[in-house]
Amino acid sequence: MLSIKDLFVEVEGMEILKGINLVVKPGEIHAIMGPNGSGKSTLANVLAGKEEYTVTHGEVTYLGEDLLDMAPEERAQKGLFLSFQYPVEIPGVPMVNFLKTAVNEHRRSRGEKELTAGEFLKFMRTKMEMVDMHAQLTNRSVNEGFSGGEKKKNEIFQMALLEPRLAILDETDSGLDIDALKTVAHGVNALRNSGNATIVVTHYQRLLDYIVPDHVHVLYGGKIVKSAGKELAFELEEKGYDWIKKENGE
Amino acid sequence: MTDQDKILSEVTQGDYKYGFFSDIETEIIDRGLNEAVIRTISEKKDEPDFMLEFRLDAFRRWQKMKMPDWAYLKIPPIDFQGISYYAAPKKKPELRSLDEVDPELLETFNKLGIPLEEQKHLAGVAVDAVLDSVSVKTTFKEVLAEQGIVFCSFSDAVREHPDLVRKYLGQAVPVADNFFAALNSAVFSDGSFCYIPRGVRCPMELSTYFRINSANTGQFERTLIVADDDSYVSYLEGCTAPMRDENQLHAAVVEIIALNRAEVKYSTVQNWYPGDKNGRGGIYNFVTKRGICRGESSKISWTQVETGSAITWKYPSCILIGNHSVGEFNSVAVTNNHQQADTGSKMIHIGKNTKSTIVSKGISAGKSNNSYRGLVKVMPGAENSRNFSQCDSLLLNDTCGAHTFPYIEVGNKSSIVEHEATTSKIGEDQIFYCNQRGIDTEKAISMIVNGYAKEVLNKLPMEFAVEAQKLLQISLEGSVG
Ligand SMILES: Nc1ncnc2c1ncn2[C@@H]1O[C@H](COP(=O)(O)OP(=O)(O)OP(=O)(O)O)[C@@H](O)[C@H]1O
Ligand SMILES: [Mg+2]
Repeated sequence: MLSIKDLFVEVEGMEILKGINLVVKPGEIHAIMGPNGSGKSTLANVLAGKEEYTVTHGEVTYLGEDLLDMAPEERAQKGLFLSFQYPVEIPGVPMVNFLKTAVNEHRRSRGEKELTAGEFLKFMRTKMEMVDMHAQLTNRSVNEGFSGGEKKKNEIFQMALLEPRLAILDETDSGLDIDALKTVAHGVNALRNSGNATIVVTHYQRLLDYIVPDHVHVLYGGKIVKSAGKELAFELEEKGYDWIKKENGE
Repeated sequence: MTDQDKILSEVTQGDYKYGFFSDIETEIIDRGLNEAVIRTISEKKDEPDFMLEFRLDAFRRWQKMKMPDWAYLKIPPIDFQGISYYAAPKKKPELRSLDEVDPELLETFNKLGIPLEEQKHLAGVAVDAVLDSVSVKTTFKEVLAEQGIVFCSFSDAVREHPDLVRKYLGQAVPVADNFFAALNSAVFSDGSFCYIPRGVRCPMELSTYFRINSANTGQFERTLIVADDDSYVSYLEGCTAPMRDENQLHAAVVEIIALNRAEVKYSTVQNWYPGDKNGRGGIYNFVTKRGICRGESSKISWTQVETGSAITWKYPSCILIGNHSVGEFNSVAVTNNHQQADTGSKMIHIGKNTKSTIVSKGISAGKSNNSYRGLVKVMPGAENSRNFSQCDSLLLNDTCGAHTFPYIEVGNKSSIVEHEATTSKIGEDQIFYCNQRGIDTEKAISMIVNGYAKEVLNKLPMEFAVEAQKLLQISLEGSVG
């Protein structure tokens, strides 16, 4: 589904990613962990197509196509979803308009009929239940004045609406209370099937109790320095990153 | 696709959707401006003496005036002798039924999405259609007359209700108020007149649709709205012009008079041809709009969405004379490519406990310049008055400009005047967030801009709000990148 080969990325002349290799197959869940500033969000943003990140070397194939060649909206329409670490507020734009436009742009790209307002509202309600999203939030402007946790929930709500092939969740668990964490994890699991895949970026093992990864990677200094099964997350929780740093010559 | 969309897409020419020219047999008088021309216009319109006097007085004063140069605008010299001051479709005379209207003319308004057949028209909107210098058709006139409402072309009003016209004409905008108002007073050819009698709530939206068609002509229309005690009316104005390489002058005057407890809502969607991407052609739009809240507790609100014109010079104002009267100004002004706009409002507080609000949202793209200019003046006697002004500017790139020129004069201690201003650049992060949800940049910008302007768009009557949203989108097409 996704194959990253020897990826180097710069931001404002600074090299952040220094040779990432990663293969994600349909049905898999990958967790990416690593200290602050190691490049996790950078990787997520590059995959989603954020402009200010320059790929200086390497290639990324997504569903058999060159991902780096696609416009961000095209990547999204082809099923790549990013749950933002810091979701953006768009004052004055009602959630419902935004979501309906997003869903219909996806449908249009697949040659499907666009949903009418009525059809969309019905569809939206089923998804609201799924992630326990309140109407008080969907009646407001996109993320405007949402609490940190509400913003994260809103990301998963959008994921539920867009039903992506590859979801990248960038610290979706940060800021969620315990109940919300469970609801969000439940949502992610409910959306899982053998055809899609998830990359979870997190600092805490806790989330991985609910969303159980097939692979855990440690991103450090712009490289994936360690990959293993879910037990690696426990080890990191227990020992921190010092031993990883030492192994990598610090 | 709705019919209207279809019509629009059929006539699409470049980015400006209304740029077509209709081949209508037109009578155009020779270019130039002198007393003889003014007498000719007055004669053609068969006007009473007081109108001719009004025009000549204005003309004589105008001759001594200079074009204002204080606005933040680069205005190329305008040759006032190179313009023809009167153009009218030939087949106009006394229309008894719509069958007598030139079919080409009906078609013109159909293309603009303004059908003149009443049965086809949006329910609840009465239209006065003005092509070049004259009003060609006013719909629902008879229905409105049953309630004593006068809604007709200005020319008809001069003939049929000379006393009303004489009493109120020039009250809000005196003949020599400013250079362009004086010019308009001298040569104005037509426009709309509306009188709402005491205690009547006008049952439908009234609207005037202005269309410039002929080349080398100017459009000088005049609108006068009088709302008698305890009456209410909502009034809409729309306008378009063909695409031409030369600039055309539009200098209109709108006067509103609100008596005791009367309320007038005046909404404009201004979509004159803005010129091409390189700044060639387009309408020079110099407009004087002023309302007087003469009566106590009266209210006048201006709502405008300005997307057109090469140059816009326009400051819809309220003079709050009646105690407890209220003035409002809500504006969205979009400039793209080489457009220039210097627009805002004046609120003059004279009565006690008067209140005014100004909400201005400027959106600039391309190489355009967009300025807000506002005056809030509280006279010493206007005790306990209040004004709140909010002026926001949104920039879509680094090549456009936004400027704010607020002037505040408060003549007493019991009044409160507040002014807030913000300037922001459209966020890359917001656009990327939309992109990541499958929404392309053009759509994202249109969504964000509409969200930004929503507070003002919400004040427009429903039918207009939809049109205005589409317009914002069209005006900003190609503004990214
Ligand atoms: N737009 C940018 N401009 C400048 N520096 C940037 C930019 N984006 C990222 N960086 C830098 O790149 C490095 C990696 O940042 P990134 O956000 O990818 O880290 P992260 O692993 O997600 O950290 P965290 O766990 O704190 O979220 C940091 O040093 C950061 O300051
Ligand atoms: Mg991060």
